[in-house]
Amino acid sequence: MVIEWLTGLSLVTGAVFMLIAALGLVRMPDLLTRMHATTKAGVLGAGLTMVGVAIYLGDGPVTVKAFAVIVFLIMTAPVAAHAIGRASYLMGVPLWEHTGVDELKGRYDEATHTLASPPEPETPSRDPGNPPTPPPPL
Amino acid sequence: MLTYSIITAYGLLSLALLLSFFRLVQGPTLPDRVVALELLASLTVGFIAVSVVASGRSAFVDVAMVLALTAFLAALGFARYLEKGGIHFGD
Repeated sequence: MVIEWLTGLSLVTGAVFMLIAALGLVRMPDLLTRMHATTKAGVLGAGLTMVGVAIYLGDGPVTVKAFAVIVFLIMTAPVAAHAIGRASYLMGVPLWEHTGVDELKGRYDEATHTLASPPEPETPSRDPGNPPTPPPPL
Repeated sequence: MLTYSIITAYGLLSLALLLSFFRLVQGPTLPDRVVALELLASLTVGFIAVSVVASGRSAFVDVAMVLALTAFLAALGFARYLEKGGIHFGD
């Protein structure tokens, strides 16, 4: 009885999270915000439904397999999202019009794939010519 | 109780599948469609999980694992194609 309640709860919660991910995919204004919605909520939803499977079929190998699926999702989703986001930035996919900060803009060299360092802040330079005078002998 | 949960989860997942299919068809750029495909793969993993609970056949968990692996490899392949493909927006 408790197992059925827990299974149903995790299945429905996971489905709700995946529905939220799909809603974010449709409603968000540009690619990076869409990825922000789908990657996290999608992985959480799929993982929660897999937790439901692990609870319902409570024998050893299936539980281990279900948790292997969860670990695999958690390990691969950030890598895939990073690869797609990087590729889309290099393609020049337009950002949202209200995007505030684009720190890579103008600093990323697409030919050599290196990043220019930010402009140096003005630091008060010490004068190396004048070493501190030793204290006068008594 | 569990029957209602399974039906509810199927319904929500179907709605999510429709929404991401809308983005897959409409998406303005190719990376949008790749992201929609990735979410479709996650949704299919969820469908498989619900159907494992509904049918009691634990062999489908292997299918979910292989599907997650293939979706990851497909996303990496698409990303590489997008980056080296030479398509460029804007300037």
